[in-house]
Amino acid sequence: MAIDFCGMQLDHPIVNGSGTYDALAARRVFGEAFERNFPFSAYVSKTITLEPRAGNPPPRLWELGQGMINSIGLPNKGLTRFVDEDLPQYATLPAPLIVSVMGFSVDELVLILETLDRRSEIAAFELNFSCPNVKTGNIVGSDPVECESMMTQLRSHSEKPMIAKLAPSTSRPDLVAMAAESAGADAISLINTIPGMAFAPGSSEPWLGAGSGGISGPAVKPVALGQVARVSTSVQVPVIGMGGVENARDAQALLDAGARLVAVGTENFRDPAAGNRISASLG
Amino acid sequence: MALTALDRGGPSPLAGQFYMLMTPAGWGGGADGRPYLPRALSFARAVQSDDGVALDFLFEDVGPGTGRLAEVGTGDELLISGPFGNGFALEAERWPVLIAGGIGLAPIVAFDDELRDLDGVRATTFVGMRSIDHASATGLYDLEHSLATEDGSAGHRGYVTDLVAKQLETQPESTVYACGPPAMLEAVRVLCEEHGVPSQLAMESGMACGFGACYGCVVPTKDGYTRLCVDGPVIEGAQLDSAILSGMAH
Repeated sequence: MAIDFCGMQLDHPIVNGSGTYDALAARRVFGEAFERNFPFSAYVSKTITLEPRAGNPPPRLWELGQGMINSIGLPNKGLTRFVDEDLPQYATLPAPLIVSVMGFSVDELVLILETLDRRSEIAAFELNFSCPNVKTGNIVGSDPVECESMMTQLRSHSEKPMIAKLAPSTSRPDLVAMAAESAGADAISLINTIPGMAFAPGSSEPWLGAGSGGISGPAVKPVALGQVARVSTSVQVPVIGMGGVENARDAQALLDAGARLVAVGTENFRDPAAGNRISASLG
Repeated sequence: MALTALDRGGPSPLAGQFYMLMTPAGWGGGADGRPYLPRALSFARAVQSDDGVALDFLFEDVGPGTGRLAEVGTGDELLISGPFGNGFALEAERWPVLIAGGIGLAPIVAFDDELRDLDGVRATTFVGMRSIDHASATGLYDLEHSLATEDGSAGHRGYVTDLVAKQLETQPESTVYACGPPAMLEAVRVLCEEHGVPSQLAMESGMACGFGACYGCVVPTKDGYTRLCVDGPVIEGAQLDSAILSGMAH
């Protein structure tokens, strides 16, 4: 039974978290079998910004017993090269394309949205209001007033569906989600990684090159379930739930909590076919 | 330690490529509750049969991931994905000089196997180890090589690069293919640069996925940060300002 999500008719509820699956690299690595067995019903791109970004200095990863901390820092080619080089390739993937975008100002985001609004390859936007690895991240995604203001200023610049991706660094994600909804967001996605840090072994110096990062994986599962449940009962628009999903049981829990779709993130790193495995096992 | 795994129906890998390994059970619960992520290991030998490809991996038990892999017994199931990465690329008409340091022996054995299958290609191989005990790993493979040990317990006393320097002076029409610890790779890179000899360095970096998804394994090159998993692990020495990276796997 197809799932309606912002006008897209999707075969199953499993998508990817932004920045956890480079479909273009995966196609080079796994060949045509990758497209034949595409793991997701819709594909969410890595976040793009107006200008190219190199990302944060390594080391970028810290392993936990139940997950990891990453400090990747949104490396991307920037808007122009994304449109020229990557968008035509993304358009050939066998799933609707959701492009994740981030800006360091309203003007930057407006320019990105207006440029991409004309592109029929793009089914929807995810507005990344919550990356913990850039200086301006997290504020819009965790403060209702900031979120409503930003969403209001962006809404008129594209008719495509807009998904607001919220930060977990708030005790009231429901208020932030309601603010986004009232300003015209078509869907809410959460949670992003939770800010955290680790010291290098045997020292009191941060391990990660950028000092701190975002926690993901099974460690964040209860936080995700709690926030998805709270937000899902507070807004009318559909919710993409994510955070620590390893298997169909975890995905079903987020669906039971009210999510329309479930995104798999860190588990993709451990198992490139996690999306296939989870969607096949859902009842 | 050595471990042989059967990749059922898997393709034949190229020397220098790697696999992500973990166990289906008991992956976790070690130091700090780790491991959680799979571990990237280059293969040492790949033998194709009707059942698939049998892969030899070499590793040292240095942390919760390799510690768990060290417990794997005959007949146990492993979760393997790969082969990933680019592998060594033989440069035509130049003498191959292969250099292995420590556990970096694995892809050098694999490349030596690959070269032996080619007509008329011969190579000179150097191996550096801490001591004769560590050098025993070379005995697993019929690898013709010159040995250096840091403590002088076998072969030349000192660094493997002492031997390589002489080789490059007598045979400047060489290309170097190396794998080993960062300090050795950096010494090799500098030596090659001094002699105007191209080098291909198989590097290591902390890695979550192995297939380009996480952007966690980047190394700084002259073209900016490069993902070691899809654009490496073999990087040309000329692309690097240094082979010594901050933040290896913890």
